[in-house]
Amino acid sequence: MPTDLLYGAEVVLNGLMAGVLYALVALGFVLIYKASGIFNYAQGVMALFAALTLVGIMEGQVPFSHLINAAFGTDIHHFGWHVPAFAAILLTLAVMVGFAYLVQRFVFRHLVGQEPIILFMATIGLAYFLEGVGDLMWGSEIKKMAVGLPQGGSLWVEENTQWLGFGNEDFYGFFIDKLDMVATVIAVVLVLALVAFSQYTKQGRAMRAVADDHQAALSVGVSLNFIWILVWSLAGFVALVAGIMWGAKSGVQFSLSLIALKALPVLMLGGFTSIPGAIVGGLIIGVGEKLFEFSFGPMLGGATENWFAYVLALVFLVFRPQGLFGEKIIERV
Amino acid sequence: MFYREAGDFSTSYPEDSQTFPIRFDRYRYYLVLFVAIFVIPFTINDYWVNSIFLPFLIYAIAAIGLNILVGYCGQVSLGTGGFMAVGAYACYKLMTSFPEVSMLIHVLIAGLITAGVGVLFGLPSLRIKGFYLAVATLAAQFFLVWLFNRVPWFYNYSASGQISAPERTVFGIEITGPNTEAWATYLFCLAFVIFSAVIARNLTRGAFGRKWMAIRDMDIAAEIIGVNPLMAKLSAFAVSSFFIGISGALFFAVYLGAAEAGDAFSIQKSFIVLFMVIIGGLGSIFGSFAGAAFLVVLPVALKLVGVDWIGWPTDIVAHLNLVVVGALIIIFLIMEPHGLAQLWRVTKEKLRLWPFPH
Repeated sequence: MPTDLLYGAEVVLNGLMAGVLYALVALGFVLIYKASGIFNYAQGVMALFAALTLVGIMEGQVPFSHLINAAFGTDIHHFGWHVPAFAAILLTLAVMVGFAYLVQRFVFRHLVGQEPIILFMATIGLAYFLEGVGDLMWGSEIKKMAVGLPQGGSLWVEENTQWLGFGNEDFYGFFIDKLDMVATVIAVVLVLALVAFSQYTKQGRAMRAVADDHQAALSVGVSLNFIWILVWSLAGFVALVAGIMWGAKSGVQFSLSLIALKALPVLMLGGFTSIPGAIVGGLIIGVGEKLFEFSFGPMLGGATENWFAYVLALVFLVFRPQGLFGEKIIERV
Repeated sequence: MFYREAGDFSTSYPEDSQTFPIRFDRYRYYLVLFVAIFVIPFTINDYWVNSIFLPFLIYAIAAIGLNILVGYCGQVSLGTGGFMAVGAYACYKLMTSFPEVSMLIHVLIAGLITAGVGVLFGLPSLRIKGFYLAVATLAAQFFLVWLFNRVPWFYNYSASGQISAPERTVFGIEITGPNTEAWATYLFCLAFVIFSAVIARNLTRGAFGRKWMAIRDMDIAAEIIGVNPLMAKLSAFAVSSFFIGISGALFFAVYLGAAEAGDAFSIQKSFIVLFMVIIGGLGSIFGSFAGAAFLVVLPVALKLVGVDWIGWPTDIVAHLNLVVVGALIIIFLIMEPHGLAQLWRVTKEKLRLWPFPH
């Protein structure tokens, strides 16, 4: 096999892995959009907040320590204990559920029946708010996510794919990040669990009923409040997983919240209302942007990943306005 | 008592259809104009101009532009930052290519170029609607900023990749560059604000505005009653981008002086302008001004209180600023989804009846 083709194959593989991570973020959007019609821009910041909280709890940081120090002239930073990763993840999950409750109780309950654009704006406001709170609570410096996920390239894959080069000196086997492989496995498990949850449990069925028709669901005794809190908690959980993955990859910092922007073209491509759409869209975008950067990037001056996904989604939407798997848009006058 | 229309009779059609048919409103408008043109320029210094007045005026133009697109035509756009960058870079190229031409003309042409780019990115709006469109406009944001960062022709092959405004004049008075006077830059921007507001106001209450609003309220129904959606949507994109381009050109040339696309015209700009439109009030020219004033003054006020009075570190106040802006947006949306403009309308209704409540 020619080396270029092999490099191309490596790029595709890495693109698939990146696509899985995009899909993970996009999932959070789809969950909330389906159940409540809210396009939740804050999903990325939720991932950042979850990652910050996780690191903060593990390190035993005092929440709002900077603020307290500034206000009272004290000098406190840490409680002085370290929490094991598993317990910290559970605690963070509890925080995200609490956040879901607060959001539901104080924001979206008051906005029921508003136009979608107003709800969307509210989530942007929420994103700002949460970003500020996250920084105030845990400080804004870059942190390391040390939950014991493997790092670096996998030697095993490299050694076992070297024969593909057939004696070619330039080819050392595929380079694949261990973390990406773990992320792929976790994402697949997560998606299967979510699908099973929404198909086979009572709450999952209620969730789908709410997604289908609020008022009908309400009239057969489904509690909208509970379902919405449940959905936001689930989105918080997905955000936590995404936050751990991305945080382990590139450190916990502000740019983590920008992954929301990566997930938007995925959503457009897959359709806002479809969980399989988010997965397939994520894979297409992941592979597409890596391949495009690989083949045309050097010619165009690099960093085409910034916009390629959007332009791809834009061109695609012109031909199919509801995305790949979205519900057909039927308009009546 | 203060605000009444009793005794205010219109005796001709032009009188009846003028922008401010009520005498009190008209005089208030003249008073505001008088203060803005003849009082403020003689009383301000550099600090006031740079921290409050220039950002306010420039953002007001951008907010008017975005309000036409989002508030009047109902096409949600998140590409404002990208379009402002087009205005800025177009202005820069014009300023460096034709040094002897007046800045007035450069800024206007920069606006026209942005209008063309806006139409180009508005084309998908004929097929894509709602959130899909909002996300699609992000393509403009990211693509344009990338383009200006990567193609050296746009920044004249400068080593830093930045563009910096050379010294240019209007009627012999310096407007850009390091040696400008506060009053000159202020008046220059003010002229464009008045120009934009008058044009926007008259467009939105004329045939164009009615077409836009018909499209906003229900595009299929509008099409059936004879509004051409192609023309209506693209004209909204063009007019909106024209104003946004002007504001981008002013933002770079007059306010910043030097800019870099990824930094000065990032997606945060898109959101800030969208916030101004929402907080001010969708579909209201006055709302654009109110929203711009609110979001420009708020951080300055917070910084004044937090850093200068209480003495907290700057970064904490910056984070608090995020929290306050986010919370205010949510509170506003819950209390008054139609924004400051609606509050003003309600106040006027109350004033009409005051002091008798019924």
